[in-house]
Amino acid sequence: MIRIENVSKSFTLHNQGGAVIPVMEGASFTVAPGECVALTGDSGAGKSTLMRMIHGNYLAASGRIIVGDTDVARAEPREILTLRRDTLGYVSQFLRVVPRVPTRDVVAEPLLAVGTDRATAHARAEELLTRLNIPQTLWSLSPTTFSGGEQQRVNIARGFAHDFPAMLLDEPTASLDATNRETVLRLIEEAKARGTAIIGIFHDADARARVADREIDVSAFTPARAA
Amino acid sequence: MTPLLSVRDLSKTYGGRIGCADVSFDLYPGEVLGIVGESGSGKSTLLNCLAGHLAPDTGEILFDTRTDGPRDTRKMSEPERRMLSRTDWAFVHQNPRDGLRMGVSAGGNVGERLMAVGARHYGQIRAQATDWLGRVEITEDRLDDRPSAFSGGMQQRLQIARNLVTGPRLVFMDEPTGGLDVSVQARLLDLLRGLVREMGLSAIIVTHDLAVVRLLAHRLMVMKSGHVVEQGLTDQVLDDPQHAYTQLLVSSILQV
Repeated sequence: MIRIENVSKSFTLHNQGGAVIPVMEGASFTVAPGECVALTGDSGAGKSTLMRMIHGNYLAASGRIIVGDTDVARAEPREILTLRRDTLGYVSQFLRVVPRVPTRDVVAEPLLAVGTDRATAHARAEELLTRLNIPQTLWSLSPTTFSGGEQQRVNIARGFAHDFPAMLLDEPTASLDATNRETVLRLIEEAKARGTAIIGIFHDADARARVADREIDVSAFTPARAA
Repeated sequence: MTPLLSVRDLSKTYGGRIGCADVSFDLYPGEVLGIVGESGSGKSTLLNCLAGHLAPDTGEILFDTRTDGPRDTRKMSEPERRMLSRTDWAFVHQNPRDGLRMGVSAGGNVGERLMAVGARHYGQIRAQATDWLGRVEITEDRLDDRPSAFSGGMQQRLQIARNLVTGPRLVFMDEPTGGLDVSVQARLLDLLRGLVREMGLSAIIVTHDLAVVRLLAHRLMVMKSGHVVEQGLTDQVLDDPQHAYTQLLVSSILQV
């Protein structure tokens, strides 16, 4: 479902003396449908960079990133937008929303985007919000004023609203209490059972051991530092 | 899929000074394109050339018309172009006073555009005007008030209703949220996003507010001194800018 071939990446900082920082070289691996792969490595090894490249958020300098039948490294912006709408879900660490939009609508949005009717989308949103213990009194309020943990759960609910064939999860269980952590792990297991290919970053070792089928150490793709 | 608007090598100079130079892009149905850059970078010149308010010096602007397929708007006759700007196009000005008729009631402002495309039944025009004012959250009891009695945010929403009532396929917006307080700005953003999704319209938005384009635009074009220095997916351009100027622009945002 996801195939990464020989991907490299460097950042050029034009306003800081044109410094070029190579961050990744020769990254290659695949993820099959129904499989969950955990990216590991120390902080700064390039886990998030790799994930952002798969999402099309960072430009890959070379290589191929095949998701479904789109090569993200070469696709036109509108092809990436279609991919993100239909095929590739992403749960980031932070919630980014239009202020003043009610939580229920925030969660239902990915479903409305793929053409689900409003009633079905709202019902699915409410089911997820209930499972993630967001009290019903908050559903009609904007999540911008919620606590950090609540925002993260809203973010997860939105990420799982549409059944994507491929998903990227950036620290989905960080800063959650035991009950909600369990719910999120269940959601991941259910997605795997549906055949979703998942790439995740989990600092929580128990969570990783439970849902991940394989681990990939990203530091193997870190370029050797020039002395 | 045929692009709704296809622009090739568009240039406009003011005497010896460059307005915008060699701009090329395709805009597809349902897409929102953001244009950012500092003042004087040629954003508004480009928008006005596209909308037919300024005559470009060179280049092609192909618009996919409903009846005849893609046609170069520069080669159209003036009546044809005016017909387009009354029906398939809409232009939302930065200052609502430029896009509204201040001496005519709110309902009249919306109804005027309908009458321009042939609507004559007063009851239906009024009903449609009421419906559209409702969509931009202006209550029915303000229908007969003049825009001069409205707040700035209400005027801007009225201007949007006036522009969208004829079901345009392409909307040009020049700083649509500039000068509005942040709470009204947020509501307007949500409204625009909903309209883009539900009516499938395409839009070109000129702004210098990067937070606005992040939430609203699918794609982003960065302009400097009349040239497009970088373009791509909005979040990619903002999070992984490649050009020195874009990097400077993104790193200059003040954190709230």
